[in-house]
Amino acid sequence: MKVNNKQVVLDMRPLDEILSSMPEISQGDLIPLLQQIQSRYGYLRRDVVCEMSRRTKIAVSRIYGVATFYEQFHLEPHGRHTIKCCRGTACHVKGAPEITEAITRVTGVSPGETTDDMKFTFETVACLGTCFLAPVIMIDDDYFGHLTVNKVEGIITNYE
Amino acid sequence: MSEIKFNINGKQITGSGGQTILEAALDNGIEIPNLCHDPRLVPSGACRLCLVEVEGLNKDVTACTHKISDGMVVSSESEEVRGIRKTILELLFTEHQGQCATCDDNGECNLQRYAYEYQVSDEIIGQCQPVEHADNYTTGNKALEYDPGKCIRCGRCIRICDEVQMDTALTFMNRAGKTEVTTAFEMPLNESTCELCGQCISTCPTGALYERYAKGKGACQDLKRTMTTCAYCGVGCRIELNTNTKTNQYVRSTSPVGIIPNDGNLCVKGRFGFEFVNSDERLTTPLIKRDGKFEEATWDEALDLVANRLSEIKAKHGADSIGGLSSAKCTNEDNYVFQKFIRAVIGTNNVDHCARLCHASTVAGLIKAFGSGAMTNSIDEFKKADCVFVIGSNTTEAHPVLALKIKDGVVNNGARVIIADPREIDLVRFSKMHISQKPGTDVALLNAIMNVIISEGLEDKKFIEDRTEDYQLLVEAVKDCTPEWAEPITTIPADDIREFARIFATASAASIVYSMGITQHSTGTDNVLSVANLAMLTGNVGRECTGVNPLRGQNNVQGACDLGALPNVYPGYQSVEIEANKDKFEAAWNAKLSPTKGQTVVELMHGVEDGSIRGLYFMGENPALSDPNLNRTRKSLEDVEFLVVQDIFLTESAQYADVVLPATSFAEKDGTFTNTERRVQRVRKALDGPGNSRDDWQIVCDIANRMGYPMSFADASAITDEIAGISPIYGGISYDRIDDVGLQWPCLDKNHPGTKFLHKDGFSRGKGKFHAVKFLPPKERESKDYPFVLTTGRQLYQFHTGTMSRKSSAIDQKSPTGYVEINTADAKRLGIEDGEKVEVSSIRGKVVTPAKVTDTINTGWIFMPFHYHEAPANMLTIDALDPVAKIPEYKACAAAVKKI
Ligand code: SF4
Ligand code: SF4
Ligand code: SF4
Ligand code: FES
Ligand code: FES
Repeated sequence: MKVNNKQVVLDMRPLDEILSSMPEISQGDLIPLLQQIQSRYGYLRRDVVCEMSRRTKIAVSRIYGVATFYEQFHLEPHGRHTIKCCRGTACHVKGAPEITEAITRVTGVSPGETTDDMKFTFETVACLGTCFLAPVIMIDDDYFGHLTVNKVEGIITNYE
Repeated sequence: MSEIKFNINGKQITGSGGQTILEAALDNGIEIPNLCHDPRLVPSGACRLCLVEVEGLNKDVTACTHKISDGMVVSSESEEVRGIRKTILELLFTEHQGQCATCDDNGECNLQRYAYEYQVSDEIIGQCQPVEHADNYTTGNKALEYDPGKCIRCGRCIRICDEVQMDTALTFMNRAGKTEVTTAFEMPLNESTCELCGQCISTCPTGALYERYAKGKGACQDLKRTMTTCAYCGVGCRIELNTNTKTNQYVRSTSPVGIIPNDGNLCVKGRFGFEFVNSDERLTTPLIKRDGKFEEATWDEALDLVANRLSEIKAKHGADSIGGLSSAKCTNEDNYVFQKFIRAVIGTNNVDHCARLCHASTVAGLIKAFGSGAMTNSIDEFKKADCVFVIGSNTTEAHPVLALKIKDGVVNNGARVIIADPREIDLVRFSKMHISQKPGTDVALLNAIMNVIISEGLEDKKFIEDRTEDYQLLVEAVKDCTPEWAEPITTIPADDIREFARIFATASAASIVYSMGITQHSTGTDNVLSVANLAMLTGNVGRECTGVNPLRGQNNVQGACDLGALPNVYPGYQSVEIEANKDKFEAAWNAKLSPTKGQTVVELMHGVEDGSIRGLYFMGENPALSDPNLNRTRKSLEDVEFLVVQDIFLTESAQYADVVLPATSFAEKDGTFTNTERRVQRVRKALDGPGNSRDDWQIVCDIANRMGYPMSFADASAITDEIAGISPIYGGISYDRIDDVGLQWPCLDKNHPGTKFLHKDGFSRGKGKFHAVKFLPPKERESKDYPFVLTTGRQLYQFHTGTMSRKSSAIDQKSPTGYVEINTADAKRLGIEDGEKVEVSSIRGKVVTPAKVTDTINTGWIFMPFHYHEAPANMLTIDALDPVAKIPEYKACAAAVKKI
């Protein structure tokens, strides 16, 4: 998949394809639609979303509301892999702050940022719902529990 | 609707079927606390403050979503639900940032009111700390300010923008603790789809949304509210002027929900357009021009001078050498007194006003066809019409709150809106079909539509038979006007015309809405007659939700016409050329009156050129910007021997005056305005006028007295009583009857309920009369040198010559200057970029203005708004007149566009 960032010239063909594969688009289709757009463009680009709004007649404010409600959607360029570090209470007491620092040391970016090579986006989240694994991080769909600071580098460098 | 009896808190009450518990309770004067409820919105049940217990249900329900049923037993004040409410309020306060003591909404805020009622602990309220907020979508916006710290996330602002205004500019973003109201991508409000109606402010239960201008000018608890009528357009929204009595300043506009005709909704002008009242440019003292310069004068000096000069001119050149322009911005009372002055004191019928420039052709045409020249039906009926045919009216921009009803009909009642307009106006978003006729070809289009209806047998034969005459003339006239004939003239494909005609003709109740796109042509009267033909042909007159509905532009243009500020009729459309009318008015006014009709606006100006007009008196009119062919108009203003201008500002026209008289604005006087649906509504004094300014009618009376004609009234109400005695259609109107809700004329006597729609059992003239109308092209055609058709008009944010609306900071930020709309392809061909300054010219003049490159106008056609003195569209327009109504052809002339 092509990496998208702000410099990439807008190509509306993927949007065309997505829209033509879904006849009769209504508000109810918004989530699957946004998922497809995100997977093709890497994130929900403003110009693509505005164009989609124009064509589907779904108000752009509605789309924005949905896009910001769900954590799965990104409005900024996003790395190929997402590292989510839990900062929930259970993880916090078991050393999440140190884990966060370790991730920053390895990747070079703070929470909320994306690495220059677009490899990782680093986020912190409220609670991953797996407190029994605390402290825990998630990379894409994989969980890594009972972490210690020295395990972090090994895990991250495994990702291409 | 069925009656439903149920019990609430031990009290037996009656509601109607379909009502929610909250609605029924409120109707019966029982308040159930609520924060996310607004009768204008679909209930959402978001705040949960309205929880009540219902016997037999095992859990509490939200009163705003639960429907009532017979025998239901509700408790809204049990200890348990009160406890839950208190908890909800406390939760809201733990997140609330801001202090009531410094909040503008203090006294108005519902959260504050309930906090008091439920005695939310000081500890919790005391916790709220004002904090610095990050930028949000309203940062820097001059119309409104959003303060997330005071926002309780009830969603009302978002819902009203979506459900009522239908702009969907707002949304929540994020979730849980981080939820905030914003626009898409948090873009600045003025870049979103927002139209600045301020409906979101009106529904916000707290101080989270507030008018920027009003901030710090007085907390709500200290403001005085005066119920009056909007001074902008003919919709006639009821507005409360909120004023600070300590500073004698206007602060903000509010409007109560549930009120006729606007139900608490306003448009940008009504909401944000009244800063002009406080302007320091207001005239505060009379001015006399000496050696080309204005000098301040006393009232005595100024009035003596006006009376003497007018008497001199009358003695030397005769009464007909003087003319007066009355005003559609002034009250009915001002207009009545002004035309009485011109007729009884000066002794001429030379009185007219700017209705000449907007709906003179309506009055002329509809009187011929129906016998009455007003909008036949009422604003509220648009909600229920089956089909609304909009031709030559940019309704959402020129009559925004009325357009809400049309949109409501489409979205909530399945109405079909069909539009014929050269431009892709905003209402097209809601329409079933839009066709764009070339400017100036309306008769061809309408005749073709009628040709289709007749040839397909879709006419209403019974209506034609019973209610009309001269039908054969119409049949003859449109016989050859096939859609194929109309296609090359109008540029609309023949089949589209057919489809359009069928949608209209097969509707069970179809209403026609039109405005200046029909009237402002050299064939304006013909256009109006064609519209009337179409309505009669399909039996769409004299019934609810149908009719011929000309939307009147100015707030009181209907009233100014009704009260006889026209050269051919006395108040109540009584012709000056009928002997009996003259006798009646001579007796009532105790004066000798002229038996011949007077000159119209443009004729008066032209009269200066040959010396037949020597003196002019303008009350609140600004022809130096509003009249066509401005160079010629301005020359007349310069040349006329004596010019008096009475106004609230030193307008473009006032600059030419010999004497300027300072008048009070609508916010500073009592009176009435008559809106487009013929409803006579109260105007009330909210402030003292600035300096020495005085009410228009009082100034006129003083001049009359100085000219030897005794004229005085105790107050505005006494003028209305005189009107009622002399003008049958206003016969039953008096201030005590319209204190609360206005009455719609004809209102013949004290017991008459007013008239919702006209021509119910018979037309005013007896039978409706068909007219044969032949298509005539506009006076000026495109040529090699002037290849574009220029059409002019209004836009949402500004009003008329901008004297009032351009003083608003919010409006100025949104719509700072004029422009010319040009199609993308034309712009490309001429190498013109969006926003680039171009020269627009016609044979009469030149204007430099930025280009607005758009696809909403066809190639070969251009559009300019006429509000801007720095880019006056009327430098270009042609002063060709309709032969009957003398209305100028503002809507079509030949023009050129040049890159500079
Ligand atoms: S001002 Fe009107 S259009 Fe703008 S956001 Fe508020 S409700 Fe919507
Ligand atoms: S701004 Fe006002 S109306 Fe909008 S969600 Fe907040 S409290 Fe409710
Ligand atoms: S719609 Fe007309 S009357 Fe109503 S607020 Fe706007 S300008 Fe005033
Ligand atoms: S606190 Fe980290 S997974 Fe729940
Ligand atoms: S008013 Fe009923 S839930 Fe808010």
